[in-house]
Amino acid sequence: MAKRSSPEVNAGSMADIAFLLLIFFLVTTTIETDSGITRLLPPIEENEEDVIIKQKNIFTVLLNNKDQLLVEDELMKIEELKKAAIEFLDNGGGGRNTNWLVLDQSSGEWVDSGKSGCDYCSGKSDPKSSDNPDKAIISLKNERETTYATYISVQNEIMAAYTHLRNQRSLKLYGISYEEMKSNWYDVNSPDYKSKSLKKKIDRVKKEYPQKFSEVE
Amino acid sequence: MSKFSKKKKGDLPAVNTASLPDIVFMLLFFFMVATVMRDNELKVKNELPVANQVEKLDKKDRVMYIYAGKPNIGYQVKFGTEARIQLNDKFADVSDIPAFIYAERESKREELRNSLTTALKVDKETNMGIVSDIKKELRKVNALKINYTTRIGDISMNQ
Repeated sequence: MAKRSSPEVNAGSMADIAFLLLIFFLVTTTIETDSGITRLLPPIEENEEDVIIKQKNIFTVLLNNKDQLLVEDELMKIEELKKAAIEFLDNGGGGRNTNWLVLDQSSGEWVDSGKSGCDYCSGKSDPKSSDNPDKAIISLKNERETTYATYISVQNEIMAAYTHLRNQRSLKLYGISYEEMKSNWYDVNSPDYKSKSLKKKIDRVKKEYPQKFSEVE
Repeated sequence: MSKFSKKKKGDLPAVNTASLPDIVFMLLFFFMVATVMRDNELKVKNELPVANQVEKLDKKDRVMYIYAGKPNIGYQVKFGTEARIQLNDKFADVSDIPAFIYAERESKREELRNSLTTALKVDKETNMGIVSDIKKELRKVNALKINYTTRIGDISMNQ
């Protein structure tokens, strides 16, 4: 019997089919953004007690209806805000000889010592500015006519100030930046993935520069 | 007499297109993988602001989305040009937010209900008034974890 070879399938139209699918996906695709600034809103408290906070420990940021930035009663550009916030937070006006945080020997955790100094701050120790990062509060007020984009810029710069200080502190303590520690924490391939020792490091840096950032309604 | 006949002059060989399907398929797979199908159709302008201190959002089943911005051109006749809130695929009022949050919570798996995030996708030209109103409503229903969704980049692009 004669050997019969099967005829080859013509693949010439393959490209056309693939193109058709490609164009369909090209048109329907909207790559969605899934990142942003995460914040925690304060819960509504029924009987609010008035806490007395010294004026020097508050850093007021005001955004008016013309998108102008007023920091501690002075006009400022958004680009300068980060530097000003860092100076305020890292001031350490309570002195360098004492520290507001103390290591509790029994539990191994860092607790409040009741003193107001800050021995790790690297600011100017201006007595007119904040005592320590725990007492330093940034208060942001905006008006209804403020543009959202400007508001986000300001939020971003204030968060950047905290991140900068945490990175700096973390580099000094552990030789690795805070952001890197955080990404290791979430990285499945990292040896420190959700490890206890890393958690302790992150918590310490977080505690030393807590985000005390309130928004006035 | 020659066994090897000369090629005709000026006859260009055809370009081989055999690898064309491969290339197209590669592109196709990229788009198929990168595509996230939208849950709801956007009815408001939604150009997000830019920031660089960003964190990645949780998985999709832990996030509730609230959109705000000017209505798109097709809806401006009915809803005006002032910024509006969009919940699911309808225009809504600030007072509808608590009901929306309760309904969303109800639709999520029980073990996730305490760790839900509200993502605010607000157009960058919107005034803060509407955002403050949204935040106030969210505080009332104890949905405290929020995320201002932004694109990643330098803040100088916000001007």
